Amino acid sequence: MSADPTVLLAQTQKITPPSIEYSSLSPLLIVFVVALVGVLVDAFATRGARRVIQPVLAGGGFIAALVAVAVLHGRHAVLASGAVAIDAPTLFMQGTILVFALLSVLLVAERRLDSSGGAIVASAAITPGSKGSTAQQTSADMQTEAYPLMVFSVTGMMLFVASNNLLVMFVALEILSLPLYLLAGLARRRRLLSQEAAMKYFLLGAFSSAFFLYGVAFAYGFAGSVELGKVADAVGTVGKNDLYLYLSLGLLAVGLFFKIGAAPFHSWTPDVYQGSPTPVTAFMAAGTKVAAFGALLRVFYVAFGGLRWDWRPVLWTVAILTMVVGAVLALTQRDIKRMLAYSAVAHAGFLLVGLAGTNTDGLRGSMFYLVTYGFTTIAAFAVVSLVRTSDGEASDLSQWRGLGRTSPLLAGTFSFLLLALAGIPLTSGFTGKFAVFQAAIEGDATPLVVVALVCSAIAAFFYVRVIVLMFFSEPLAEGPVVVTRPTLTFATVGIGTVATLVLGVAPQPLLDLANTAATSGFVR
Amino acid sequence: MNTVPWLTILLIVPAAGAVVVAALPRRHATLAKQLTLGITLAVLVLAVLATFAYDPDKAGFQFGQSYDWISTFGISYSVGADGISLVLMLLAALLVPVVVLSSWDEVDGDATGGGRVPAPTVAPDATGGTPGGSAGGTGSAGGVGPIGVAGEIGGVGGLGGVGGLGGDDLGGGGGSGGGGGSGGTAVALAAPAPARTVTIPPVEARGEAAERHGRRSVPAFFALLLALEAGMIGVFAATDVFLFYVFFEAMLIPMYFLIGSYGPVKEQAQRSYAAVKFLVYSLLGGLLMLAAVIGLYVVSADNLGHGTFDFATLRQMEITPGVQKLLFLGFFVAFAIKAPLFPFHTWLPDAGAQSPTGGAVLLVGVLDKVGTFGLIRYCIPLFPDAADYFAPLVLGLAVVGIFYGALLAIGQRDMKRLVAYTSLAHFGFIALGLFAFTSQAGTGAVLYMVNHGLSTGLLFLVVGFLVTRRGTRDVGAYGGLAKVTPVLAGVFLLAGLSSLALPGTNSFVSEFLVLVGTFTANKPLAIVATCGIVLAAIYVLYLYQRTMTGPVVHEENRVLHDLGLREKVVVAPLVALIVALGVYPKPLLDIIRPTVTATYADIGKSDPAPTHPAAAHPASAQPGGHS
Repeated sequence: MSADPTVLLAQTQKITPPSIEYSSLSPLLIVFVVALVGVLVDAFATRGARRVIQPVLAGGGFIAALVAVAVLHGRHAVLASGAVAIDAPTLFMQGTILVFALLSVLLVAERRLDSSGGAIVASAAITPGSKGSTAQQTSADMQTEAYPLMVFSVTGMMLFVASNNLLVMFVALEILSLPLYLLAGLARRRRLLSQEAAMKYFLLGAFSSAFFLYGVAFAYGFAGSVELGKVADAVGTVGKNDLYLYLSLGLLAVGLFFKIGAAPFHSWTPDVYQGSPTPVTAFMAAGTKVAAFGALLRVFYVAFGGLRWDWRPVLWTVAILTMVVGAVLALTQRDIKRMLAYSAVAHAGFLLVGLAGTNTDGLRGSMFYLVTYGFTTIAAFAVVSLVRTSDGEASDLSQWRGLGRTSPLLAGTFSFLLLALAGIPLTSGFTGKFAVFQAAIEGDATPLVVVALVCSAIAAFFYVRVIVLMFFSEPLAEGPVVVTRPTLTFATVGIGTVATLVLGVAPQPLLDLANTAATSGFVR
Repeated sequence: MNTVPWLTILLIVPAAGAVVVAALPRRHATLAKQLTLGITLAVLVLAVLATFAYDPDKAGFQFGQSYDWISTFGISYSVGADGISLVLMLLAALLVPVVVLSSWDEVDGDATGGGRVPAPTVAPDATGGTPGGSAGGTGSAGGVGPIGVAGEIGGVGGLGGVGGLGGDDLGGGGGSGGGGGSGGTAVALAAPAPARTVTIPPVEARGEAAERHGRRSVPAFFALLLALEAGMIGVFAATDVFLFYVFFEAMLIPMYFLIGSYGPVKEQAQRSYAAVKFLVYSLLGGLLMLAAVIGLYVVSADNLGHGTFDFATLRQMEITPGVQKLLFLGFFVAFAIKAPLFPFHTWLPDAGAQSPTGGAVLLVGVLDKVGTFGLIRYCIPLFPDAADYFAPLVLGLAVVGIFYGALLAIGQRDMKRLVAYTSLAHFGFIALGLFAFTSQAGTGAVLYMVNHGLSTGLLFLVVGFLVTRRGTRDVGAYGGLAKVTPVLAGVFLLAGLSSLALPGTNSFVSEFLVLVGTFTANKPLAIVATCGIVLAAIYVLYLYQRTMTGPVVHEENRVLHDLGLREKVVVAPLVALIVALGVYPKPLLDIIRPTVTATYADIGKSDPAPTHPAAAHPASAQPGGHS
């Protein structure tokens, strides 16, 4: 650029601050402010008070943001100088994220799981195996920082699905990821496993973020802008031959596939899901999936929509690989949380099948599926946190033997949730699968659907295996016990299970909502 | 007449009953049984009334109802009955109360298995370190009074003071237990339990641990039966393809738990294997069908502008032959697994052998009919060209099945497996009749579905009675029982003769119709298939000979008691129907024939009957000759 100082000066004088429509950003802002207040509360309130104030604050913030989302419905605009897009899909996914965050807060706030209470460690900084580390297992304390961290992460997720600009998307990705890396390391029991999970998640996550950022750079390279709309325009004009274009698409896809846990970028999921505190795992499994899919949909539909014939084969390959890897590796798992992690991988594959339809039905199906999957999976992880031995959760599958005999209600609920994950009719899992598969067949992706159905059958096998263990085996003599007093966890399980049933039996209202969101489409 | 929503009522009564019975506490076992029997009898009465309200001469579905369900996908709650689905619903409604009555003591009987099995097998279990629950469980073998106490002791001791609720429940479980054992034993076994429990880590709230070794719940068993009945009615009543699929899949779950939870007590590994095999096979078939169901929807969206699952609409739709073939295969594989046809049958012997008797009766009697029902309701009318194209394949599989099933049945030593294999042969006949595309053969095949439900149902019941008495399914453990238990042997013989289609029994009419109808269309196949009847005679008579005739080989068989009053009541309706339908099948044929004829006429298959005037209406003429 020519460097005439006076011109430069004139330009700088002309710069006016972008007009920000605060009302349209209110859900984001509410959650962000709540996170900041949470940090202050943690700094100034007493220990005892924090354990009460923090969850109430976070929960209240989520509810307020949810109300704001509801008020905003129908908005369809690009805000903040093209950085943020508020449209029907955004609001749908923001609402979904907030509901899941609310349920997860209930799980984190649970104090009646065992004598010490809570799944979050009392003091994360104590080295595992050192003197204080066993004492703190029974301490009634917890790191209340978990709440503001969660709220920050939710802020990131909400921005992630709303970002209309690749750079903002990257920032959102970091805001959502960094708190999660920390949260993964806060498990009260099995500290080493938890820290390992946090470390792995951080390193691999940082890697994937770098890929994403590199992709953003290439996008700028060929489009001259990082705004999704302008990238889309450039895709239309460069004649589809630009190397930068394909590099950019590929690198961005790697970053996003990592977040949704698609193969071959899934290897972090089992370790992280297993090591993290179970409430955090539930939050990650449901919330992160929605956020990452929201961003993925936006990038693929808005920015690279013109290239769909080029990325379809890639998507097919990744979808097939993800489903097969998820379903087959889940078969071999002996740990219930790892099994659910691989099941999450398989479900990411099913979601990609809907995306492969590359039509409005696919958008509708994916959004509906995300809601159904989130409710079911949060409830399932909540149930996992209820079955305990004297040293924490009984996560080994063999310990679940005969649970159907000893606590039929819990085992029955868990079976129902597993059947939903397997996609049996009259559960939400089936309706969701139907929605995405219908979109895929509509979009000429029938072979993909056949693969998906075969994988569903394989997946059904390992879900059913757990039911077999619970109901058809004799109970262990000294098996785990089911905690009987955790009101908050029960509430979460109850809400998740009822939602799973209702969305299976009467899905029409939510389908209508998803349909409206999908047909109104992404703003550009 | 059609203002009464018969089908919805038939659907809701057992479904609501299932919820109510499932909600009953375990200790109200007797109440659960009585309630279930009452509900299923009510369903039977309703089904009979509906049959009287049905007008066989009217074309199309009757008692139709349709409400939007998921309008986004064009899915509606639509039910309706035609001749085929009506008789199958009737069969289901008849068999369920029979099964309920036959299973009256089966679940609690299993709990008292400890009483029949020599004491040593029980003792290690109780003293081997299981906390209070086991004591209570064993206690269920004895009387009511002492057990309540035993449960209480075990519970409280084991829990370090928390087990009030668990203790109560166990006491109830004990009360529900039948004969066998003695109260004294129960208390003695309970004693060691508190001592052992010291080793249990003191974790909070072991509340439910007292139920650890709780026995199978009686209300849950009957609730599953009711849920299964609702599913069976629904699957036959649905006239929306999606609704059909929902019932088709949802039905698996109660059956799965019936096999896995209530199969033979001592064969835990085998029954959970059988349950999983059953479920995975059925799910795989179901998922392939799901692909075809979605495909059908997409095709309808392309053809009609809006997607629909309405059967009547889809039936009118023209589908290109290539697409038809794919969709046909999707449906066919699901139904061939369900029916089952050779070579998709391998789950059936396992599931049949490992089901509780009542479950096996319903599995083979009704559930498998869903497969053959699906063939004539969905595969043939929706995809006529593909049905024509694949008919030789299906006919071939059917004939192979007839011989393969019969030969394997001859070789079985496990009586339940044997009966399951005979069913494979029978399903061969049914498929043969359906795909011969003549109204005689089709009518015969549908009647065969009903008759097979009656005769094989009875056979399973009688085998179940034997197994309950003797505790083994092995043929070798019997012999000469006709002397010891003459009534049982007589019923067994009748069921067997019906199974081999002896003239005068119900099955003869249907088998004859199938073969005559097939003969007019395809002579070689009909001749080959007829030879299968000889094998049927072998497997039935050989079984009867080994178990009932000759001297009493095993001394312990001398003390077996004959059919009790309850068992006689159970078999009476089936025996009566086997004879009555053998002599006078007209009422059923009158209901079935118009629908079958219409189905084949609809796809342009007219009978070659005019050239064989004598064979045109053997249905009404034939039975008279044998009466």
